[in-house]
Amino acid sequence: MNTPLRRVGLAMLGMIVLLLANATYIQIIKADDYRKDSRNQRVLLEEYSRERGKILARVGNQVQILATVSPTNDRLRYLRQYNNGPMYAPVTGYYSVRYGANGLERTEDEILNGSDDRLFVRRLSDLITGRDPRGGNIELTVNPAAQQAAYQAMEKAGYAGSVVALNPKTGEILAMVSTPSYDPNPLSAHDGSAQEKAWSANNADKRKPMLNRAISETYAPGSTFKLVVAAAALEDGKSKDDLVTSADKITVGGSELRNYNRGFCAGQPNGVTMETALSLSCNTAFAQLAHDMGADKLGKQAAKFGIGEDSLTVPMTVVQSCIGPRANCLTIADNAALYQSGIGQRDVRLSPMQNAEIVASIANGGERMRPQLVKSVLAPDLSEISRFDEDSLGRVMSRGSADQLRDMMIQSEAKTGGDGKRDGLTVASKTGTAETGNDPKNTPPFAWYVAFAPADDPKVAVAVVVESQDVAATGGKLSAAIGRATINAVLGGGG
Amino acid sequence: MGSPVQGAVGPATGQSSASTDNAAPTRRGTELLLLGFAAFVVSAALMLVEANQEQQLTLRIVWYGLAFLALFGVAHAAVRKYAPYADPLILPCVALLNGLGLVMIYRIDLAMTERALRAGREINNDVPKQILWTTVALALFLVVLIVVKDHRTLTKYGYTFGLVGLVLLALPALLPGFLAPTINGAKIWLKVGPFSLQPGEFAKILLMVFFAGFLVSKRDLFMAAGKRVLGIDLPRARDLGPILFAWGVSVGVLVFQKDLGTSLLFFGTILVMLYVATERVVWVVVGLALFVGGCVIAFNLFTHVQQRVANWIDPLATYYDVGGGYQIAQALFGLGTGGVGGTGLGAGRPELVPLANSDFITAAIGEELGFIGLAALLMIYTVLALRGMRSALAVRDTFGKLLGGGLSFLLVMQVFVVVGGVTKLIPETGITAPFLSYGGSSLLANYVLVALLLRISDAARRPQTSSRPRPVPQAPIAEAHTVMVERPT
Repeated sequence: MNTPLRRVGLAMLGMIVLLLANATYIQIIKADDYRKDSRNQRVLLEEYSRERGKILARVGNQVQILATVSPTNDRLRYLRQYNNGPMYAPVTGYYSVRYGANGLERTEDEILNGSDDRLFVRRLSDLITGRDPRGGNIELTVNPAAQQAAYQAMEKAGYAGSVVALNPKTGEILAMVSTPSYDPNPLSAHDGSAQEKAWSANNADKRKPMLNRAISETYAPGSTFKLVVAAAALEDGKSKDDLVTSADKITVGGSELRNYNRGFCAGQPNGVTMETALSLSCNTAFAQLAHDMGADKLGKQAAKFGIGEDSLTVPMTVVQSCIGPRANCLTIADNAALYQSGIGQRDVRLSPMQNAEIVASIANGGERMRPQLVKSVLAPDLSEISRFDEDSLGRVMSRGSADQLRDMMIQSEAKTGGDGKRDGLTVASKTGTAETGNDPKNTPPFAWYVAFAPADDPKVAVAVVVESQDVAATGGKLSAAIGRATINAVLGGGG
Repeated sequence: MGSPVQGAVGPATGQSSASTDNAAPTRRGTELLLLGFAAFVVSAALMLVEANQEQQLTLRIVWYGLAFLALFGVAHAAVRKYAPYADPLILPCVALLNGLGLVMIYRIDLAMTERALRAGREINNDVPKQILWTTVALALFLVVLIVVKDHRTLTKYGYTFGLVGLVLLALPALLPGFLAPTINGAKIWLKVGPFSLQPGEFAKILLMVFFAGFLVSKRDLFMAAGKRVLGIDLPRARDLGPILFAWGVSVGVLVFQKDLGTSLLFFGTILVMLYVATERVVWVVVGLALFVGGCVIAFNLFTHVQQRVANWIDPLATYYDVGGGYQIAQALFGLGTGGVGGTGLGAGRPELVPLANSDFITAAIGEELGFIGLAALLMIYTVLALRGMRSALAVRDTFGKLLGGGLSFLLVMQVFVVVGGVTKLIPETGITAPFLSYGGSSLLANYVLVALLLRISDAARRPQTSSRPRPVPQAPIAEAHTVMVERPT
């Protein structure tokens, strides 16, 4: 009986060997496939339980922490917390176990969660010293004073809209505000039902608080688009003192295109200078200019400003701005469309970021800088790993044209009302009131204000758009005050 | 035996008592030392869990370790008294497995508690129940060791055991739902007050005792050859009775209780016993043919069998199906994430796998201790089963050989079916890992199994004193590397 017993013993060993071989296959050869399967929550939970890096902003020596973590006792170990959550939500985004991440939390995830290659050496030393690996930190280009001024001005007035402020010389984003906003804290809570509640409340809100209007929404630019038309005209050989039409109306395909005051531009029936036309925002002059130049030249100028780009990242992707229908972004369909495009109507749609880039390029003597939100990447111990590099995106117009355009905008600012004007500060600006909807006369317009200051040495360029509630509103009244508040906050000092 | 039982606190105290008899050493000191080592390993594992789960590290762990040692010290004392020549490795292996199981169940309790707290559900900890079951199981172990003074006496009650075993096996299928509820798709439970039992676990062992006795008494009949076809001696048709009976029982379990695992275990073990008893490979061939036939029938008749097979072929493909591969996929994710070295005890997420503390506890170990830990675990089982097998080889009576071999094989078969199912080597069948998994019935039954193995190993190593004293004191039989017990010709 011992022979079969020994054979059974061998068979038992064989079974164990089979198990070991299979375990080798599963745990060593196939291990990576299983580990990286998107349905494997373990890696995700591991990442969520790591000490995530901070998001901070700095002015001088003052550091403001916008997003940080606090230790908890549950399995996710660290709770993401946002200071001034709604104010910075369009910048930071949220970091939710259930709904994923958004904003910088998504684009800079590898740095914040510590898996970025630039953090490799530190990860290694953490491994050796037995510390839990920590994420790197992100320092923003945002100027907290400007962000706060812009956000509070919008909130206080109850406006829906956006403010974008850029440093025209470097492309640094100084403020990026979208209102109404949302609080990313409950979305990042560890309590699943709190996340769900916040998420569905935000999505049910008709005012779309989670829409980042600065980079994800486009608006008809209205008269602010006249800057692009003027730039194209200047580049086409015109000067600010050349006469343009001052007609009270242009008939386009059966409908009439009129000036805001319903009369001749500046009361002059025999033409006005381009500078006057811009400062008074005469519609007929720029509709005619656009028509005379042709769609081709206008499209090329628009493209130089960045309109039509669909891959710009700040590092979040900026939505494509267009002068034609979305499918044919830089093409203007016909003559009628060309007239209307000249005053920023019809199919012309710009994101607030795009409009800010346009004024920033004018402010920077015609050179367009890449807008960026991340100033530096810091290791967990706050030592600098990489730094913001300013990046030119090319010349959009000659310095001379830019200077002429600046002078025209200074005249425009002088004719614009609203609060917040500051003595001794020269601002160059343009307002716009874009008609919206199928029944423009009865639909609230978008009120725009784009500006830069100081005019002789620009330190800030700003674009403000307000989805107005008031049918009679114009850009000057609504947006200018907010734009100026932002500018003043950047430039600092008393009013 | 002669020497007083030492207090079961220090591992070093048992050394002196080994040499009271002049014959073979009892090796009880080795056993105690190894038990101490097992207690140390289990305490260290508990400490790792506490550290990684950020619980308070207190001296409590030392007390738990000592309590564990004391519990098995009692078992050790009983072995010392009632089976002094028993194999010294079997009990420490069991203690280590049981202890690691408790640590793992505790570790999953921690995770589930946290989950329950966050969801606002009631906290339901399993480890206190499992500690209770361990104590009860050790008590049963003592009873078996004390009552069964000689395993050969079991043959007297062979048919009784067989009958009781059959009744136990059939009971859940026959009783109405409130006494025998269907849990996780299988109707194998008996509910008595707050307790639920799986009578099938005990039935397995009772039926094995019956079969061992039956096969030994009728052994010569099965050895007789029938017709010779194609060079193979076919068994006579009437001798097919036992194997057809085993097959019938297995199919019955499968059909009426939907318990693939028990069915497979039972049939496989009986088949091996039949082979050992008759020494004829043809039984294995016949058995495998019946097995394949049973598989084909079961696959065609039952959708749940088809589902299991589909989950086995590609658990990721059936991941979202109802009753699909979610559980196995989660186990594979855990094993893959664990990789070679594991995430560390208490640092993984084994609770993501449903039933992580019972059927899938080996996946939890593979995740947190990695391939290395899983391999070590398999080695403990191997040592345990091979020591049993060695005792079966060494014991002098055929009943003991057959029962010992069968029980050892049953142990490995359980491991194969459960680990194979979890690691996608074979379709998942839903049985528990011996000594590791949460579950009272399985623990009790496996302790009975171990008590019987110890009894047989005691008989194997005990110096013969009563009948026919050997003139020359040869090397003790258990000291021999492989045992040369030949039947006299």
